[in-house]
Amino acid sequence: MKSGGSLSIWFFIGLSLLVNGALILGDGLYELANPPEHPVVLFQLHANIWWGAFLFLFGAFYCYRFGPRRGVNGH
Amino acid sequence: MNLALFLLTENQLVHLSPVDLVIIVFYFALVLAIGLYLKNQANTSDDFFLAGREMTAWVAGLAFLSANLGSLELMGWAGNAYKYGILAAHWYWVGAIPAMLFLALVMMPFYHICKTHSVPGYLKLRFGEGSRALSAISFAFMTVLMSGINMYAMAVVMRVVLGWNIHLSILVSSVTVAVYVALGGLRSAIFNEVLQFFLIWAGALLIPILGLIEAGGWNGLKARILQNLTEQHVANPGAYTHLWSTLGDFGNNPMGINWVGIVFGLGAVLSMGYWTTDFLVVQRVLAAKDLRSAKLAPIIGAAFKMMVPFIVILPGLLGLALLRDPAGHLLRLVPGDLAWSDLGRAQGLHGYDEVLPLMLARYCGPGLLGLGITALIAGFMSGMAGNVSAFATVWTYDIYGALIDKDASDESKVRMGRWCTLLGVAVSIGTAYLVMQSQSIMDYVQQLFSFFIAPLFGTVLLGMMWKRATPAGGFWGLLAGTGSSVGMWAWVKVNPDAVKYVALSSRAQDQAQNMFRALWCWLICVLVTVLVSLVTKPKPDSELADLVYGLTPIPREERVSVFHRPIFWAVIVLIIFVILQIIFW
Repeated sequence: MKSGGSLSIWFFIGLSLLVNGALILGDGLYELANPPEHPVVLFQLHANIWWGAFLFLFGAFYCYRFGPRRGVNGH
Repeated sequence: MNLALFLLTENQLVHLSPVDLVIIVFYFALVLAIGLYLKNQANTSDDFFLAGREMTAWVAGLAFLSANLGSLELMGWAGNAYKYGILAAHWYWVGAIPAMLFLALVMMPFYHICKTHSVPGYLKLRFGEGSRALSAISFAFMTVLMSGINMYAMAVVMRVVLGWNIHLSILVSSVTVAVYVALGGLRSAIFNEVLQFFLIWAGALLIPILGLIEAGGWNGLKARILQNLTEQHVANPGAYTHLWSTLGDFGNNPMGINWVGIVFGLGAVLSMGYWTTDFLVVQRVLAAKDLRSAKLAPIIGAAFKMMVPFIVILPGLLGLALLRDPAGHLLRLVPGDLAWSDLGRAQGLHGYDEVLPLMLARYCGPGLLGLGITALIAGFMSGMAGNVSAFATVWTYDIYGALIDKDASDESKVRMGRWCTLLGVAVSIGTAYLVMQSQSIMDYVQQLFSFFIAPLFGTVLLGMMWKRATPAGGFWGLLAGTGSSVGMWAWVKVNPDAVKYVALSSRAQDQAQNMFRALWCWLICVLVTVLVSLVTKPKPDSELADLVYGLTPIPREERVSVFHRPIFWAVIVLIIFVILQIIFW
């Protein structure tokens, strides 16, 4: 993208991972409190909680690092 | 019709929860928002067709890889890993890494310095209009047909996996792609390819991690595969987990191929042809901002390509080791034709290509499942967008601009590019419905696409490396190579016994035939090009500057540390590539 305040591709990546991570983490926490009737294999590892948290943090970092206010040109 | 019935007309493999649907809808909204956001940055032809030639190495490299990382590719090769074992990894390692590094270090300087807009554009500069027209027309025609086949295949997968209506899938995906590519051009396509790259890893990486935990690590996985295949009386069960040690003879491995086919047919010809001359992938690297970025981009792509087997091949092997039916018996997947027939569906059979969604459904609950499905949809859509944007470029520059309106203004080229995008999507939809009427068309078109790749590599390589190659040699070599490829394919089709001549063994399977056919037609292309060139008049050296090795001054890279040099990273990638071959020998 052109320089001069336009949004970086990395910001959109961050936004996508942030939102998806929040949704997955939220659902994982809900399932922790209300275990499903037919759990997936290895449900006891609660992959949606730690994977959701990882995506959320990764996305948050990218949004902060490449967000519009910092004006970083991503490519 | 009731909306729910319209959306869900078939039995489905997985069931989506509300949070999964939110994730999918968010993806579509984000993709359209990116297209709208970028529409004001696609005003000139360089902006629209080459993203302004201002992409960094990372963006160009990830888009270069993503253009090839469609969902058909992911699901198809996971299915092949289930069917053929770890041999399928050859298509990601020896069938990709050397070619990507060759593009970066040897061929990219020529593409970059001559400032061509496309691969047919290079052929015009080097060999003249005849070679360009042959290459451009075949590429444009095949690309848009392939896009339609991908669209149809996506709709079928969505029906099988999610139970979605086939017409609705085609409509939604094609309209979305048409909007975001027509608005933002290549820049929009590249942005979405990079987004897709991250979504694929975010959505698919959990499968091998959890699968290896369940199987007891790599050794546990190998032991389970050996046990399962032995129980089913499969010949050479150990061959499913060895990459090279079973390639001494056609009959020792499930693919029916030997090392000559893999090393020369796949590694030296077919993959070189695809990764260095297929404009769909090369266009992404042409958008790099400078020569160093253009050289680094394929190296970055190669580094990630080496890791893709972790999310594609490993799930296929895990399926072989772990999948069981509800009664606890081993689940055997079958060919797609059988599984997706009325009889197969009535018996609850699953096709090889369903192994990835099956593993996804095995480990991923609400949210994670939505992300995995989104990754598959993103792969389909970016693959389609890649085809359509490459079609628009080749049509506008190499057919419309070269043969129809040679004085077209920059503005009219951009306008033509936008209309071509819509036209490309419309033809794709037509192809999808054509394939729906007669599925054998799909097999023919996929075969046709492979006819052009290997000879084109021969023509471009000789053009770049041998200044004596003449315009007549380039044209006739390309024509002879393509014609011989079609001829060999037709020969085997009419007389199946001919496979022992074409692929050197009557036991050779489809993949082995493709490898050897590519090898022979490349050799024919090179031979004809050399012979015709030796008896025709070459271009003077002054006309070959910036196009041929020895007549092109390669600019010295700016003074950078060794860690910023493409050659350093190419050597690192090559070392890791060799180590992987030894580990999985």
